[in-house]
Parts: sequence; C-alpha cells; structure tokens
Amino acid sequence: MKHTIAVIVENRSGVLTRIAGLFSRRSFNIESLSVGATDNPDYSRMTLSVQGDEVVLEQVIKQLSKLINVIRVSELSPDESIERELAIIKVSADKENRAEIMQLVSVFRASIIDVSSRSMIIEVTGDEQKIDALVLLLRQFGIKELARTGKVSMVRGARVIKA
Amino acid sequence: MPPTEFIESLDQSRNTLKMTGAQAVLECLKREGVDVVFGLPGGVLLPLYDAIYQSDIRHILVRHEQGAAHMADGYARATGKVGVCIATSGPGATNLVTGIATAYMDSVPMVAITGQVNTFLIGKDAFQEADITGITLPITKHNYLLRSAKDIPQVFREAFYIARSGRPGPVLIDLPRDVTVDNLEFSWPKVHLPGYNPSLKVHEMQIKKAAKALMEAERPVIYVGGGVKFANAHQELFELAVKINAPVTTTLMGVGCFPEDHPLSLGMLGMHGTRYANYAIQESDLIMAVGARFDDRVTGKIASFAPKAKIIHMDVDPAEIGKNVRVDIPVVGDAKNALTALIKEVKPKARGAWNDKIAQWKSDYPLKYIPDMNIIKPQYIIEKLCELAPDAIITTEVGQNQMWAAQFFIHKDPRKFISSGGLGTMGYGFPAAIGAKVGRPDCEVIDIAGDGSFLMNSQELATAVVNDIPVKVAIMNNGCLGMVRQWQELFFEKRYSATILGRGSPDFVKLAEAYGAVGLRATKPAEVEPVIRAALASDKPTLMDFIISPLEKVSPMVPAGAALSEILELEWCEESDVCSLQKIISETCSSIPEKEASL
Repeated sequence: MKHTIAVIVENRSGVLTRIAGLFSRRSFNIESLSVGATDNPDYSRMTLSVQGDEVVLEQVIKQLSKLINVIRVSELSPDESIERELAIIKVSADKENRAEIMQLVSVFRASIIDVSSRSMIIEVTGDEQKIDALVLLLRQFGIKELARTGKVSMVRGARVIKA
Repeated sequence: MPPTEFIESLDQSRNTLKMTGAQAVLECLKREGVDVVFGLPGGVLLPLYDAIYQSDIRHILVRHEQGAAHMADGYARATGKVGVCIATSGPGATNLVTGIATAYMDSVPMVAITGQVNTFLIGKDAFQEADITGITLPITKHNYLLRSAKDIPQVFREAFYIARSGRPGPVLIDLPRDVTVDNLEFSWPKVHLPGYNPSLKVHEMQIKKAAKALMEAERPVIYVGGGVKFANAHQELFELAVKINAPVTTTLMGVGCFPEDHPLSLGMLGMHGTRYANYAIQESDLIMAVGARFDDRVTGKIASFAPKAKIIHMDVDPAEIGKNVRVDIPVVGDAKNALTALIKEVKPKARGAWNDKIAQWKSDYPLKYIPDMNIIKPQYIIEKLCELAPDAIITTEVGQNQMWAAQFFIHKDPRKFISSGGLGTMGYGFPAAIGAKVGRPDCEVIDIAGDGSFLMNSQELATAVVNDIPVKVAIMNNGCLGMVRQWQELFFEKRYSATILGRGSPDFVKLAEAYGAVGLRATKPAEVEPVIRAALASDKPTLMDFIISPLEKVSPMVPAGAALSEILELEWCEESDVCSLQKIISETCSSIPEKEASL
C-alpha cells in the first residue's frame, strides 16, 4: 500500500542525506520524494511517497521523527488531502500528428511549452493517476524525454502542518 | 522557551570571552563536566592538542583510536557520564568507527571529536581527509560538521545534551583545523532543538492499563534490558518485582539490573540464557519489557516467541515499540518514571503456583558444567573470580568468554557488567576496562577475555601501564576462536575453518611483561585460585593466562532460527574429540610450551 508523508525539516545541509540514509538503512521503500522551501526559510518541506503496510508506515514515521533535524512528520490520508505533481514531457511530433497531440493536451488541461519541427514539450499538473494517464496516451507518439517532480500534498480544510 | 530562561540566556551572552576555537572546545568540555578524554593526536589536531596541553583536563593517550572509543564507552557505562574520545582526521576518525557503532548499538552516551582538514580543503581529497560525518551517519544519534568557530559552544552544548538525554547514544563532532584556530566570542548558549523532545513523561492511562494487566496475569515475566540501567531504574524495578512477586529476566545489556541471587531472578534469557528464563517466557501469559528491544538473540524465532503472552512494552524510544513484535500495551517514557508510577498503581501480590513452577525449573535445569580435576574449565575460573572479587566491574570481550562471564558470575549491580551486546565487538573488553577503571578507580575492574579477542586491542597494555591504570585481564585461552568453532562443531561437522589460532598466538605472559605489565599463567585447576589472588593483590595492570579446555562449549543454546522452547543442553564432548582438537591446536601452536598445552 502507498502512503504519503509530509516532513518538515530544518533547512540545512545534509538533512536530505540523513533522510535518504535512514530509508536505505532500514530498507524502507521511497517511491517519490520532493523537497522545497516553506514560508519560513528556516524550514523545508518534504513529501515522501512510501510503499508498505501499516507496520512499515508506523516505523517510517517513528524513525523519521527520531532524526534531530526533523521537526514534524504527518501522514496525509488520501481522502482528506489533495496531491499534485508536475511533469514535463518531450514527445515526437510533426505536422502529421501535432493537432492530435494538441487535442489530447487540451483534454488534460495540460499546456504546450515548447514546439519544434520534430518535437513538443508538454507541461501537465495533476495527481499521479492523471499524469500516468497522459503519459500512457502520449506513448503512441513516442516519448523522447520525461521529467516528473514527485508529488506534493496538503490537507484539505483548515488543518495545518507546519513547524 | 520560558521567558525567564530567555532573559537568563541574554544575560549570559553579555558575559563573553574572546578565545580560539581550540580553547572554546576545552571550555565547552569543562562546562559539560568532562574531566577526562581519551585520544590520539594528528596533524589537524595540533591546535586542539596545544590547548589540551595548557588545560587541566586529563588526557589519556591511547595506542589506537579504536581503543579511545571503547575507553570512552567503558567510562560512560561505568559512571553514567558522557564519555569523550578524540581522533584526528582521515584514518584517526575511521579508526573510531567500530567504537562508535558499538556505542550506538548499546545506546551509550558518548561524544566523539574528530579533526578535519581546513574548511577550504573539504571535498578536495586533501591529505588525511575522510567524510566522517557521512561515514558515521547511520551509527550516531546525531553528528555535526563545524563550519565556523562561533558555532562551537552551541554545537558542543547540543551534542552533550543529545548524547545523554532520552535514549542515549554517540554524537560526533567533526572539527576542521581552521575552526580551531579562528577566534570567537565565547558565550554559553541554551539548548534549542525544536526537532528533539525526548518523551520522558509517561501516559497515566497506559500505566493503569499495564497495572491492570499485571494484576490479572497468572504467569507474568518482567523482561529487562539496558534501558533500566541508563534510566537508573533498577531500584524501582526491584520494588515492583518484589511487590507483585513477578520473576525477572534480563538481556545481556540488562545483566545486573536485578540481583541474580534473588529468588525472583531468572538470569539471562535468549540464545545462551538459562533454560528456566526461556521456559518462563514461552509459558508466560504476560511479558512486561522494560528498556529492551526484542533483539533476535533474545527472541529466537520471532513467530514462536512467547506464544501465550500479552506484551507490555516500556521504552523511552517510541520507535522501538512495535518494531520487532506486536505490542498490546505500549508505555512510552523514562523507565524510572514508568516504574515509579506503576509501583503506586499495583497492589501487592502473593507468591503463587507460577513462582513454584519457576522454582521447580530452576532446580531441575540449572546452569551447569562438568568440573574437571585436570583441565581448567572456564566456568570454574568465572566462579572463582566471582568468589574472590564479587564487587568487581566485569567487562568482557565477545564470544564464549562473554557468555560464560554473563552466566557464571553472579551479577548484582547494573553498572558492573560491561559488554558489547548489540554490535558484538571483539576487542572491546580490554579498552572498556581501562575506561571503566579511569571512571571508577575505587573498583576492581576485570576484563574477561578470549585469546582471540584480547589480541584485537592488546596494544592498549601500553596505555594501561604508562597511565598506571591497574586493570586485570583474565584470558580464557583455548587456542581458537571458540564461539565460531563451537558452531562449526555443532552445525558444520567439525570442519574448523579458520578458527584455530595456532602458531600466531603469542605467549601472553611474555606479552604482558614486554609492556611492563604483570603476566601470570595457570595451566591446572589448582593454579586458578592462586593466580587470581596474585592478580587481585597486584597494583599493576595484570594479565592472567588461563589455559582452558579447547572443546568447552557455551551451554545451553537456542540454535539460530529456533524457538526459545527448543533450547538445548549441549552434549559434553567426548575424550576423542578433545584429543583430536588438542592435536590440531598443538600442531599449529609453538608458543605454549608442550607440557603446559597438554591436557
């Protein structure tokens, strides 16, 4: 089972290594990880996607909490939170299929951010499933390059996860 | 931070002193109450060692940095204070690694200070550069790479706080050379660690639940680990156990937390624990773990561990709860707080059928060995040591010597049994004994060693001699790497692959003498007591070389992967086996004179 965890950490060098090291040492499986600054420049926020059952999830949360530079760890349940990921995708495109691709892009409310005679770059934002679906559909045209950010997530409503 | 403290810290920050980074390090050590450090200098540490030279801190020069780490560790375990070791950059720092990992696995409060190349050389593969914070990431509670002299007070204050609080552990501070040379305005800061709040207070509701379970249980067992020692909770443990007449078993790390001569004591459990402790666990309907972590050497096959029992787990580290076994009643917090609360909550309970059953097991299946008139049995040596020095601090190496020391010495004091449990570090016991003796000079300190493991840090004989640290070493000399040999005998059809030490072993008496220590040898049982008496009477570092039966095994034993109930009393070796192994050893061994080696 897949779980999403938000981790507020001190914004200093070596913190990412500590977290990555913890995961490899304890044989936890990270599926995706994204990091960025928070509103307070002293802290960063990481969003981790972790594979495992409830026992593994509990250990991941407890072991992360033990790291001195980790301020807060919260699981974000899929029902109560929203998640977004951004992907940019370079596909083969010529004048034969350009229109078809553009149609697909508009259905997914994605956008085209670069065009050349033989390729196009598409930017898409959404949850993981949406991006997976678009990638699948674009595959028929030939994906030359794909870059995904890993997801970020936030609880709906007034509840706040911060330091 | 409460406002008063904040004002206080502001006041303190006005009283600043200008000094170099190296002087600031010494000032921090002084303020943290450090009176002794164990170390070995090097190029990048010259400024720090110059400051040490001019300070009144006691520095003990070791002969190998691994020795420094184990000495700091032994000092910490014997005193409860934070042990401090120092090593230079690169190889000095990497030589600490085994010692740091040893301390980490056994939750020992330690601060390791390593030299580092100048900050502007970091990352350039400079001479004697090693990324020691990277290397020690998974074996420290936390570590720091200092980048600026002004951070020294803050980092040292935090490091000592982290090392000693909550679940203790080693913290490493990497100190680049230029950081020790630069000047700073010294002020003593407050600890401010928003991401670190050890949970010491216990939840009242959980204590009530635990008390209820203890009251309802018919066959309770209290299972005690090193956490009780670190929390200084052994008196509370005793009070609770006696109040409800619950038997107590300890892990290797918990040895001494409950007096082993008490009727409620089950001794040690697990792979080489007593049969009655293991039977009690398997029959129990309630296990209360206190400061213990359900290690694989304790539980045996995890799926068959304590099949009939509910489990209460008390630990200061929430991550331990539910890590290895399912727990019915978790109690997070300091063991002393938890046990104190629990004592108030439980009502006295009389002895019952369970106590009788345990008494029966104890009389039916005692720890035993077959005494011998001609060959020295290691268990006999331990019994004699216990008889002649019952209050000694015992440190051990790792392997058979360690298990015999745990089994046959009657332990009564939590800080008087010092052994590398988690990591199982051969070569630990002797330097740990030196550290323990430095911390507790009033106590007799004896390292119970094997001939294999003693050699791994025997160079520290020089440290003991030159600093007048009169530790005693009792080598159970069987000419082989006994524990591994035992497994080969039992599970690999007596193919003794690489476990016979043979020709490489020195004459330990001469080795001791070469360093200026005293060396004594016993080859017959009758010589054991006189040798021990002579060693105890000696005011110098003294090594006792006991030539023991090479085929003696540690018994009983739960084979790896078996359930605790499958504990075996190992068969005693046959005469022909002794002869054949003796032949192998003597053929490859020239150092022990023929007549002494013959059994």
